[in-house]
Parts: sequence; structure tokens; C-alpha cells
Amino acid sequence: MLNIIWLGLIVLSVVFGIINGRIPEVVASVTDSAKAAFELSLGLTGIMTFWLGLMKIAEEGGLIQLLVRFLHPVMQRLFPDVPPEHPAMGAIILNVTANMLGLGNAATPFGLRAMNELEILNKTPGTATNAMCVFLAMNTASIQIIPTTAIAFLAAAGANNPTDIIMTTLFATSCALCVAILSAKFFEKLPFFQIKLNSTASLETL
Amino acid sequence: MNIQSFSTTLSNIIFLTMVAGIPAYCFIRGVKVYEVFIEGAKDGFQLVIRIIPYLVAMIVAIGMFRASGGFEIISHFFSPLLNRIGMPGDILPLALIRPFSGGAAKGVLADIIHTNGGNSYISHLAGTIMGSTETTFYVIAVYFGAVSIRRTRHAIAAGLLGDLTAVVASLWICHVLLT
Repeated sequence: MLNIIWLGLIVLSVVFGIINGRIPEVVASVTDSAKAAFELSLGLTGIMTFWLGLMKIAEEGGLIQLLVRFLHPVMQRLFPDVPPEHPAMGAIILNVTANMLGLGNAATPFGLRAMNELEILNKTPGTATNAMCVFLAMNTASIQIIPTTAIAFLAAAGANNPTDIIMTTLFATSCALCVAILSAKFFEKLPFFQIKLNSTASLETL
Repeated sequence: MNIQSFSTTLSNIIFLTMVAGIPAYCFIRGVKVYEVFIEGAKDGFQLVIRIIPYLVAMIVAIGMFRASGGFEIISHFFSPLLNRIGMPGDILPLALIRPFSGGAAKGVLADIIHTNGGNSYISHLAGTIMGSTETTFYVIAVYFGAVSIRRTRHAIAAGLLGDLTAVVASLWICHVLLT
């Protein structure tokens, strides 16, 4: 799926660039975007390192295990393939909590840590597992209690009650979360999305 | 404005509670906090390096598409159809670009709010859509990139369906509560 979307974006950019007469802009965007992507990754390094360190402390102190035990019934249903006491569970919970609280720069390190732990359980490296897809679905539709960016923009434009959108956002994001999780659970059973065991990457490790 | 500064203060308090509270609590429970921190933090750089190819692939393709004016062409094509189901034409570019680029979506949101004013229905609807959706392709690139996964199976389909649901739900709830 990513192959088609990625190629589609690139080929269509050239076509639309010709139609719109914006070929020079398209050409410039290749260099600019590549540079921006690299800088974005490097920019993540410091804060990523910091939160990973802090998370290790919370693990050693038993804080994360406390959270995991508390949320065990929900987590077990969402991630039936992950053992209940597995470190992945703690990282997933921290990631979702950080997202809800609007701590975006903490959410990413926790999320990547969770992916690392889920990868340890992955029998087909290079291919996503069911648990990973559910986790990603939760992340792409993450519940935000306070949509800070939008509120700030509205307030700056002189809105009387910019916080009106807290209720509407909470509703819309809850709907999105339910649909994303349910569709991930549904899609994983479709033959089209089954893990293909005949791929070379999985054969090497089997 | 007051609530806004309240929410900023609240997230600052939560942030600092975690940064100071976690090590303090664990130190009392006998954890050698500094040594353990270093041990955990060691993996940070490796993780970031692994993401770079995935992020470059995604951001270059999206950047090219933006520069070519592709998002405008697609919204122009679909807007008559969406007007008929009650979606204002101004909203479509935001909904279209949101899964691809958070920065670009912020720009579109600022433009909608600037054009329509902070108290308009469309601005509130746009804010709701912005808050309830995610940069799906960025999340997929970064998260799967960190563990070198190329075959993403149904993750994109589920993520985009979630974004679509957020847009439809925003249209409905804003229509019910704000008009």
C-alpha cells in the first residue's frame, strides 16, 4: 500500500507540476524536503534520549509495572498477542497517556520504545504485526484532552470562547479512536492483509 | 485567553511532575537514578538514525506533491461534491493535507481562521478537525522506521479511516453544538 501511495505522490507531483507550471518549485522541494527530514530526525535526538532515560528509571522503580497492572484488562483485549507483563505494554500505556496530556515530545520516545518491544515479539521482521497495527491505529487517532494548537489559533484571532472546541474535539477524537481500533481489528482478519510467509525477509529468520 | 494560559500552566505542571517526580520516587525506592538514566538513554541516537531513511522518503514525496499544487487540484475537483453533503469548501484542503503534513495543516488552519474570523462556525469546525486528527503518514514513517518495517499491512487503512471518521464526526458534532 505504501508503495502505491509513495509512487503516486511522486508521479502526480510531476504531472501536476507541469499542469500548474510549477516545475521549478517541485525541483527545489526535493532538496529542501530531504534536508528538512534530516534536520527533523536530528532535532528529535536530544529529547528522545532524555525520555528514554527517564523511562528506564520509572521501569526500575516499578512505576510502569504499577500502571500496567492497573490497565491490564483493557490492554489484554487490545493486544492479545502480547504477554501481560511484557515491557511493550508499559511503553504503550506511557505513549497513549503522553498523547492524551498533550506531551507530544514525550509521546514519540515512548511510542518508539513500544515499537522496539513489539518488534522483539515479531516473528516476521520487516512486516508489521497485528499488535503494531492496533498500536499505530491508536496513535494516529490519539485522544487529545486539550487541543492546544487550535485553541491558541482561535484565541489569537479574537474568538470569545476558543475553548468551545474542547468538547467537540473530544467527541470527534473518541469516534476516530473507536473506528481506528475496530477497523485495525477487522482488517487483520482479511486475506488481503495477511502476513505473507513466503517473503525472503521472513525466510531468513525462520 | 484565561483558559488557554490555564491549560499551558497545567501541561507545564504535568511535565515537571514527571521530570522531577519519577526520579525522586524511584530514588526513594532504591534506584540508582543517574546510572539507570544513562543506561536507558544510550539507545536514543541509534533509534533516530534508523528513522532517517523512512522520514526522508515520506517527507520528500509529500513536499514534492505540495510544491506541485496537487492538494489544490484535488480539493478543487472534490469541493462541489462535498458542498452537497454540507461540508464547507474551505475545510477540504485542511482535511486532505492533515494526514500528510502537520506543519502545512497548521498553515491551512491559520488561513481559514484568519479569513473567517475567530468567532465563525467554520473556524471552530476547522479547529475541531485539526485537534481530532493526526499526521498519519508521519507517525507511520517514524514508528515503523524505528523497527525497520517496510510492509505496513493494514496500518495505513486503519489510520486513514480513523482520520475520515474524525472529519465526519467533527462536521456532525459542530453542526449540533455550535449552530
